[in-house]
Amino acid sequence: MATSGTPPSAESALPLAEMDDAALVAQTQAGNVDAFAELMRRHDRKILRLARHITGNQEDAEDVLQESFLNAFSHIGNFAGNSKFYTWLVRITVNQALMKLRKRKSDKQVSLDEPVQGDTDDLVREIAVWDETPERTYSQEEMRRILDDAIESLEPIYRTVFVLRDVEELSTEETAQTLDISVPAVKSRLLRARLQLREKLTKFFRRGKGDDAFAFL
Amino acid sequence: MLSCKDFLGWLNDYLDETADDQVKAQVKEHITNCPNCWVVYDTTKKTLQVYKGMEPREVPETLRNRLMEALLKKCGKTG
Ligand SMILES: [Zn+2]
Repeated sequence: MATSGTPPSAESALPLAEMDDAALVAQTQAGNVDAFAELMRRHDRKILRLARHITGNQEDAEDVLQESFLNAFSHIGNFAGNSKFYTWLVRITVNQALMKLRKRKSDKQVSLDEPVQGDTDDLVREIAVWDETPERTYSQEEMRRILDDAIESLEPIYRTVFVLRDVEELSTEETAQTLDISVPAVKSRLLRARLQLREKLTKFFRRGKGDDAFAFL
Repeated sequence: MLSCKDFLGWLNDYLDETADDQVKAQVKEHITNCPNCWVVYDTTKKTLQVYKGMEPREVPETLRNRLMEALLKKCGKTG
């Protein structure tokens, strides 16, 4: 996989696996494809999860993962380095994923800027205390499925905001910028998303749910 | 005292620790006295915790190989 031309200071450089993202970006810009392969390896798990959460579909998510990495590679020359590579990659991925989602639902418009409907009155129905340790009731894989299914059952405008704010841990302002919506829109959607997820997860994590297995002990 | 509706309006700021001290104190007072809102607060907090604690799945080797091939093809190499 040798690349044409010798990247600057290739001999004296650290192994790629030990370089930080900024150094790998610089190496990629200098023509070292292996450096970009290392960036992909480093971030592919989180980018695939992000794509899955937005598209709600594994096949689309895999396509988005590939398109996003190739898009980032093609435009790496434009990456100025005033933000983190990962944040830049997240923005590319969100755009690719939203495009995919819109294509899938061409009959049903996916709009991110429609106003939030209704009041907050209908947002809280289930009042039940949770088990202190739901991870003892469910295996790691079951937990993942419960959490993923809950996210994917939300409307795109809610799940996208939730994923950026609470899974990717972007700030409110970064989320607003990435989705090209206002800060108040991020805030109101986030509240609805969090409360809807709370409601969905309560069905699995409410106290007493896991007690049945131990009822005779 | 805040109403239950006011409490919901402040819930995000309270959870994100972006509420000012006065609001924080009012929310705290409300959830100390209103068992239902305490449950909403506690379970929403736990919702965020379970998501933050979730590690992403491994990417299957076949998919990684496909990505690598696509990257090399993009560079005009056949791998
Ligand atoms: Zn209340």
